[in-house]
Amino acid sequence: MLDPTVPPGGLKAALDGVRPLLPLELRRLTYAASGKRVIDRLDLTVEERGITAIMGPNGAGKSVLLRLMHGLIAPTSGEILWAGKRMDRELARRQAMVFQKPVLLRRSAAGNIWHALGLRGIDRGERAIRVDGALKLAGLERLASMPARVLSGGEQQRLCLARALSLEPDVLFLDEPTASLDPASTLAIEGLLIAAQHRGIKVVVVTHDVGQARRLAQDVVFLHHGRVTEHEEAKSFFASPHSEPARAFLAGGLVL
Amino acid sequence: MTGFIDAFHTALRLIATLDPQLIEIVLLSLQVSLLAVVAASLIGFALGGALAVYRFPGRGMVTAVLSALMGLPPVVAGLIVYLLLSNAGPLGVLQLLYTPTAMIVAQVILVTPIIAALTRQACEDLLEEYDEQLRSLGASSSAIIGTLLWDGRYRLITAVLAGFGRAIAEVGAVMIVGGNIDHVTRTMTTAIALETSKGNIALALALGIVLLVIAFAVNAALMGVRRFAVRLAYA
Amino acid sequence: MPVLLRRRTVLGFAVAAVLLALAAPGALRADDEFIIVQSTTSTQNSGLFEHILPIFTKKTGVEVRVVAVGTGQALKNAENGDGDVVLVHSKPDEEKFVADGWGVKRHDVMYNDFIIVGPAADPAKITGLKDAAEGLKKIAAAEAPFASRADDSGTNKAELKIWQDAGIDPKPSSGKWYLETGSGMGATLNTAVGKGAYALTDRGTWLSFANKDDFKVLVEGDPKLFNQYGVILVNPAKHAKVKAKEGQAFIDWLIGPEGQAAIAGYKINGEPLFFPNARPQS
Repeated sequence: MLDPTVPPGGLKAALDGVRPLLPLELRRLTYAASGKRVIDRLDLTVEERGITAIMGPNGAGKSVLLRLMHGLIAPTSGEILWAGKRMDRELARRQAMVFQKPVLLRRSAAGNIWHALGLRGIDRGERAIRVDGALKLAGLERLASMPARVLSGGEQQRLCLARALSLEPDVLFLDEPTASLDPASTLAIEGLLIAAQHRGIKVVVVTHDVGQARRLAQDVVFLHHGRVTEHEEAKSFFASPHSEPARAFLAGGLVL
Repeated sequence: MTGFIDAFHTALRLIATLDPQLIEIVLLSLQVSLLAVVAASLIGFALGGALAVYRFPGRGMVTAVLSALMGLPPVVAGLIVYLLLSNAGPLGVLQLLYTPTAMIVAQVILVTPIIAALTRQACEDLLEEYDEQLRSLGASSSAIIGTLLWDGRYRLITAVLAGFGRAIAEVGAVMIVGGNIDHVTRTMTTAIALETSKGNIALALALGIVLLVIAFAVNAALMGVRRFAVRLAYA
Repeated sequence: MPVLLRRRTVLGFAVAAVLLALAAPGALRADDEFIIVQSTTSTQNSGLFEHILPIFTKKTGVEVRVVAVGTGQALKNAENGDGDVVLVHSKPDEEKFVADGWGVKRHDVMYNDFIIVGPAADPAKITGLKDAAEGLKKIAAAEAPFASRADDSGTNKAELKIWQDAGIDPKPSSGKWYLETGSGMGATLNTAVGKGAYALTDRGTWLSFANKDDFKVLVEGDPKLFNQYGVILVNPAKHAKVKAKEGQAFIDWLIGPEGQAAIAGYKINGEPLFFPNARPQS
């Protein structure tokens, strides 16, 4: 569902009256490790408007690409520009990421969110409000004082997502968030992502689950050997992919 | 043998009646070692955390030296502190030789490497899991250290207990820098050495029993903490 | 989160532990008046100090802290300025200490004697001898075990002098029948008793030694076994931190009538361990 009335650069940013983050432009981006080019002179533009799914076979470089975008690793060469500006601390604070395996501290569920907000310097009163809000949003209120690490896999991932959302990011990255979760948890997570997108948060999600991409994505980026072979509207991508690797991928074959 | 059995009975009686001389010596030992461990923990936690989080040239060497210092013989630590604090030495003006403070200093030198090395290891293990997420959340290096230290609190408690066990049981350092002065710097270990050399087995035995009980208690606490932590999935 | 684990509770415990450690009486009290006396293990092991020092402290309010090491180390520590007074028993070394400027003046304090002790079985057959050198000669001839302190102490120096008088060098036999323990008097006696070895000891330590087994005094009374103790004030001109006033007060008391009486009053089973012999001050 594309909404042409949403201004480029971020609905949420526009509403907040702060400088827009998007579009995100990657120009001739390269990342090499141990002599191998994991990301190879990649070009990509990510607009506001809808959830972007990044897909591709294993080893295509999806996770690395996500981490480059979020600034967790530095590229070997090339540029990453957010609305024309390089990544800095202020920009970094407006993003959040959820990893494939939930990463939670040895504290209560509420404590984990509280701690993350503390790192951002949110004052105590505001913190309490946001913790409550985030737990409620994710349906985890009654688990608030449980040790986070005894929660089930699905609950932990919902908590990680709730934590990320409590930071009120403009951009939310997710790296295969529901890869090891049961359908019910997957549904809950996807619901949260859609709601987040409606609130104006740009969501970029790496997924190998074609069904999930169909359900969530407005546009799809297909990655193969560290390069973007396709980037287009989800509907037309799934109806008829252009590139050979994408076609093979969607058909369920192994893409070498 | 009968002499030893009599001594054993006398020892138990000294303990049961809370003999004042015995109590004085035990209290001094506890004070010295507890304070040393507190100071060593403050230094060790900070040092261990910093070593785990900050990358700098020579980091590997510092880590290796720290691990090696865990095995520093207590007498050597005592000798070093003695040379520093003697009136003929550089820090003689402090007039700290033959005082409990000197003993605390020597034990801090002994215990800090243990706590620092174990803290560093704990933080590195935790960092493997948390590094990306914490950086994603925008944590500064010092915030990361604080997070890791609190998160690893059960392993750190274990490190502190290990450090205390080392401190309370050593005799070489406190003997040399303390001088084993009656009512001033006589600890359980130095008293045992002295009383044994006087053939006064009863008091030596009583002190030995108390020391053993403390050592066992520390060990039991260590195991208890571990089991407690595992049970709460806080391990 | 359960109460036990709340951050505040954990920190509270830590603070309580620290306060407990600091509040307990004793060790860390502020600097009372005290002096440090470098003395020997044999004097300490005899129990003399526990008897006479409280009398001095009660009279003057000055605490006397004794660091007990071997004579050689005591004098060396004093040279480093790590003591205010030296009380040892090796006259030649004491006189050299003063001559080299480390001490102010040497005073006789008390004497006791050395004795040779050994197992009741007495394999070297030295019981009752009045000549210490003769006794050592027989021990060497029989290659009977002998425990030596070998720690540069006054006792050790006296022992070596008697070997010298006997014309024997026991060092080559170290590790065979001549056992060099490198320890204080008490520890050496423990070794001697444990190994059924002869030993030279001062009478004071022997009388208060609680682990004699079947050992007896075998040789005594030889004038060469006379053991003189001397006391010296560490020279404040060499080390400004020396507490000269209090140290001198202690020495004056020790060689004065009260201190001498206190020394004479220290007995075990009715037997005095030390004999005061300070000369009256002019």
